[in-house]
Amino acid sequence: MDKAILLDWYRQMVLVRRFEQKCAELYQLGKIGGFLHLYIGQEATAVGSIAARRPQDHVITAYRDHAHALVVGADPKRLMAELLGKATGVSKGKGGSMHLASVEHNYWGGYGIVGGHIPLGTGLALAEKYKETDAVVLCYMGDGSTNIGYFHESLNMAGVWDLPVIYIVENNQYGMGTSVARASAAPDMVTKAAGYAMPARKVNGMDVIEVYNAVRETIDAIHAGVAPQFLEINTYRFEGHSMGDPLRYRTKDEVEKWRGDDPIGILERHILKENAATKEELEQIDDEVEAVIEEAVKFAEESPFPAPEALFEGIYVDN
Amino acid sequence: MALITMRQAITDALREEMQRDDKVFIMGQEVGVWGGTYAVTRGFYDEFGEKRVRDTPISEMAIGGVAVGAAMGGLRPVAEFMTINFAFLALDAIVNHAAKIHYMFGEQMRVPVVYRAPGGGGRQLGATHSHTPDVIFAHFPGLKVVSPATPYDAKGLMKAAIRTDDPVLFIEHHTLYQIRGEVPEGDYVVPIGVSDVKRPGDAVTIVAYAQGLQVALEAAKQLAQEGIEAEVVDLRSLRPLDMGPVLESFRKTFKAVIVEEGYRTFGIGAEIAARLQEEGFDYMDAPVKRVAQLEAPLPYSRELEQSALINADRVIAAVKEIL
Ligand SMILES: Cc1ncc(C[n+]2csc(CCOP(=O)(O)OP(=O)(O)O)c2C)c(N)n1
Ligand SMILES: [Mg+2]
Repeated sequence: MDKAILLDWYRQMVLVRRFEQKCAELYQLGKIGGFLHLYIGQEATAVGSIAARRPQDHVITAYRDHAHALVVGADPKRLMAELLGKATGVSKGKGGSMHLASVEHNYWGGYGIVGGHIPLGTGLALAEKYKETDAVVLCYMGDGSTNIGYFHESLNMAGVWDLPVIYIVENNQYGMGTSVARASAAPDMVTKAAGYAMPARKVNGMDVIEVYNAVRETIDAIHAGVAPQFLEINTYRFEGHSMGDPLRYRTKDEVEKWRGDDPIGILERHILKENAATKEELEQIDDEVEAVIEEAVKFAEESPFPAPEALFEGIYVDN
Repeated sequence: MALITMRQAITDALREEMQRDDKVFIMGQEVGVWGGTYAVTRGFYDEFGEKRVRDTPISEMAIGGVAVGAAMGGLRPVAEFMTINFAFLALDAIVNHAAKIHYMFGEQMRVPVVYRAPGGGGRQLGATHSHTPDVIFAHFPGLKVVSPATPYDAKGLMKAAIRTDDPVLFIEHHTLYQIRGEVPEGDYVVPIGVSDVKRPGDAVTIVAYAQGLQVALEAAKQLAQEGIEAEVVDLRSLRPLDMGPVLESFRKTFKAVIVEEGYRTFGIGAEIAARLQEEGFDYMDAPVKRVAQLEAPLPYSRELEQSALINADRVIAAVKEIL
């Protein structure tokens, strides 16, 4: 892997991590309201997979959506502004943490209804196939969402219509406090894809390089005519499901074990071993990211809240 | 002008829009090879091919949601629910996604989807297959809800629904497919969100739409034989709701009867009556009357079902109570 690429992935993963940590801080201060779902621990998934997509490929996910937004290239300032409910936010302060999007980057959101976006991603794939482009859709979802009707209906329909979509299950082992084993009769995610005759593979979601390679190959497979596709990316969220999670459902030992596989740590060790950068150079990247976060917070804090008349703006396109 | 059925009017609108814009396509259960459960898309599969006339699995949630995604991606889907009763399974896709996405993402996306949904009571289909749940869908800002009563309106509203960049639920009352009416040759649009006076009069205002409109017109005809000239206003769209012609008529007649096939409780009539007292109180000469479905699940047995539904006699009785 090219050194510059490894460093770029490192930078992106640190950006996501620091952004999320800052969000937690701002939440404690009451500046971010509503629900806040952090991506800490899962960074390699968004970074590795989105690195493998081409600009024309679409990204859509559930409510744990900050990382995907940052990685597609949305402006951290406007993302932070959205979280603070400001008019300058990507969704004009109307979406909040669960509803970030950046359509100019083919990032279609950010959806709060578990599984609700799975048919939307499927429909985006239908649109591309209809228009006869070579674009594919990366449709991310949690392990918990594989138990909802939308998941099954969408996979089936995509299979019937050979749609160019990759269903990417970010298996972080839990849906809120319910483990996969307690929620899925078929706890092995790839067997769910088999029910729809869909090629599926498991990926180590703590290794950004493995994620990248898997998604790359899967996009190639779609271009070779085998669509749709399914990936189970195994990962773990180091923090709670959302802010205020009592964390009663998993042991400290389990969390510590996974923290040992911190995807940023794994990449850092790889970079140092390959002599792609020195410790100092990585620290410099950390500092640069820090400055980006500071700037984003400053922008968000200084931005205005939506004007009262914004309440009625954008309900319809044609009034 | 040709005298055609409402079914034909909808068919013509769909065909003309598909010929006009190759981004318009149809998806739903049995829309293709079968020709449409109500034969609205008969012949389309051969004419437009399987790419544009897409038979789906029996998957209402996916029909509802995939159509949203396709619309976000630049297509103009006309997604059919075999009947509106089955659209309950897709309520989340319609209400939480189609109706919210433009607003919730700060206008970054558009969802120009049309959901077609035949529905209504009166055909002995039993409790689960006879709903007139229009008001449920009309509750939510972000969705447009239309339900025509005449072939002319059906064709023009379908064209408007396909052309608007907003999501539209297009409700077709299944007992109206056979009614005939004048429809001009060629292209025209009936704007969404504009009510229409279907019959002039000065004695009482009857507000109705869809099948209720036909009931109201029948009642007005019989009342006229007794010298009572009722003005009948057709809402045509439930959201956006155009109260203009309703209020204008009410300021002339001072009395109103609202006719709808759905239930009275929390119904369209409740909304119209509330708006009349809010916006037309000074003109109110009598209580506003509501004629609606009786509050029971619709039974199968013919006479029993009919006893729960609206009819001209009930409208006439309501009018006479307040004259
Ligand atoms: C339809 C629906 N049901 C329930 C919820 C509440 N809820 C939010 S997140 C969540 C858990 C989902 O878990 P998973 O899909 O594994 O995603 P993760 O949070 O682990 O990323 C639940 C039950 C919801 N938002 N939507
Ligand atoms: Mg999970």
